[in-house]
Amino acid sequence: MNLAAKDIQHNLGRFALTIFGIGMLLMIVMGMGGIYRGLVEDATLLVERIGADLWVVQRDTRGPFAEVSRVPKTLVYRVLAVPGVESAREFVFHTIQREHNGKPLRMSVLGLSWPLDKGEWLPLIAGRPLAQNHYEMVADKTLGLRLHERIKLGKETYSIVGITSGMANTAGDGMIFVTVWDSQAIQFDTPGEAMRLERAARDRRSRTEDIFLSQPILTEQLSRPTAELPAVASPELSAVVVRVAARADPDMVAATISTWADVSVFTKASQEELLLKGMVDKARRQLGMFRVLLTIIAAIIMALILYTLTLDKLHSIALLKLIGAPNRVILGLILQQAIVLGGVGYGIAYMVGQKLFTYFPRRVVLTNDDLLQLAAIVLGISVLSSFLGIWKAMRVEPNEALMG
Amino acid sequence: MNESLAIETRELTKIYGSGHTEVVAMRDASVGIRRGEVVALLGPSGAGKSTFLTAVGLINPPTSGQILIGSVPVLDGPVPLVNLRSFRRKHIGYVFQKSNLIPFLSARENVQIAMELNGTSPRRARHRALELLEELGVADRAENGPSMLSGGEQQRAAIARALANDPSVILADEPTAALDSHRGRQVMELFRGVAHEHGAGVIVVTHDQRTLEVFDTIYEMEDGLIRQRTSQLTLAQ
Repeated sequence: MNLAAKDIQHNLGRFALTIFGIGMLLMIVMGMGGIYRGLVEDATLLVERIGADLWVVQRDTRGPFAEVSRVPKTLVYRVLAVPGVESAREFVFHTIQREHNGKPLRMSVLGLSWPLDKGEWLPLIAGRPLAQNHYEMVADKTLGLRLHERIKLGKETYSIVGITSGMANTAGDGMIFVTVWDSQAIQFDTPGEAMRLERAARDRRSRTEDIFLSQPILTEQLSRPTAELPAVASPELSAVVVRVAARADPDMVAATISTWADVSVFTKASQEELLLKGMVDKARRQLGMFRVLLTIIAAIIMALILYTLTLDKLHSIALLKLIGAPNRVILGLILQQAIVLGGVGYGIAYMVGQKLFTYFPRRVVLTNDDLLQLAAIVLGISVLSSFLGIWKAMRVEPNEALMG
Repeated sequence: MNESLAIETRELTKIYGSGHTEVVAMRDASVGIRRGEVVALLGPSGAGKSTFLTAVGLINPPTSGQILIGSVPVLDGPVPLVNLRSFRRKHIGYVFQKSNLIPFLSARENVQIAMELNGTSPRRARHRALELLEELGVADRAENGPSMLSGGEQQRAAIARALANDPSVILADEPTAALDSHRGRQVMELFRGVAHEHGAGVIVVTHDQRTLEVFDTIYEMEDGLIRQRTSQLTLAQ
């Protein structure tokens, strides 16, 4: 006869509520682990998925994610000329905030190096990658934009041709993917009034500065759109992403590019380290410490619950001892209940968490490794926390059964 | 040593505390109870009845003296000569005043668990538990939990559990205290019946003077001393 099962059956309502409570507690522990993992994954997501071996950024900056980096478009061709480089692509990355349906919409814009990169590597859940070099975008589902929806950014309207899943920046904001040209148009969009004021200023200068009087051709050029002015630099890139040839050594290529005075080079690993140890380090450690604290609190609460459950059974335990039940029977009674509480609680935590975490604003990533680790911790907590109850039960004397 | 004795005590003494706080709860208690004999233990509160009962029940060892159950020496003073818990399981049945059934088990399971703990297979234990409950007239309440049973039914279920492993000795501490006189008498008659049928020695601590005629022997305790008194039934005979 399984005494643990009989006791649970007899006090089913109470056990169910207790298990539900433990399940909710474990769900918070699980969720905290998932938030931690989501933060880490989000931080390194782009670096992982974009498939670059090297990141060439502005000299002495930790760009393009940790801080602003500006490099000229021509850097792509310089990098391509380095022995061992298989491909080099433009990379533009910036975050914007716009109004959409009356609500603030915050998103990171990533420029794809058309036509080399059309976004085939994106984890699409609907639609397709980019098929033309303007006015199309792929958006992450967390932004709440629909496929084929049209959205105005700057002066242009973009059509959403694809929806991705799980593409967010380190702050958890969803990403949109457009061509580099479009991303620069979005980034450097200037209001009409600002352009008019700039033209008026130019016109004023052309009439007062000697150089314009001596070279009338300059005045003619100043009347052209800003982007077409030869003296004004074209919009810059955030970085150049480099893929190294299969037989080449990335460190050697990095060492070569590092000798250039205007750029810094990061390998994929060092870029990830920059993100994890720089951008999200404090948040990551804070979550990690909070997770440890929650686990300890869960262990204490479970121990107290099991201890209380044991206290309620002391008379029965004394009676069992009186009629000759060996210690292993009493130990089994408490331990089995502890494992049922922990096991079923864990199951409830997983099931409710799976449903609930999808509504969280940031990604909650439950990896198999983390789930297995938590399962082992819960098992450990269940066993360890039952020791308090077992200790109490072992101290009960059989004559306590006579006390009514 | 008498082979037919279910239980024998030799000069049992129990002393609580020491020095000026020393209390002698039981002094030189020597009794022999035969198999099938039903014994009453009378006495005022604080006379030492519970001390004697818990000592022979191997729950609260004496300070000195010996206890033999089924002619096996089990305690020499406070020193156990056998595994007491295992010995209790196999040779002693207990019935108490109240609250003596495990609340989360049904009447049948309360009887069955005693046998399963003693190594009986669950199937056999279940069958035997139902037989015992039938014998004691509570088979129809076998699947009810203790809270669903009346006081008399609970005591019958407890007696069935006490009999589960065919013990040498049954110890009962005021088993009729929570029952009306009619039910109390029925329970006492039951003890007499099971003692004779199962060959167990039964010791019942009681204050109920109305049921004394069912006992073969009556012991009285006062100030820790035990002495035998001839039962009214024997006198009548």
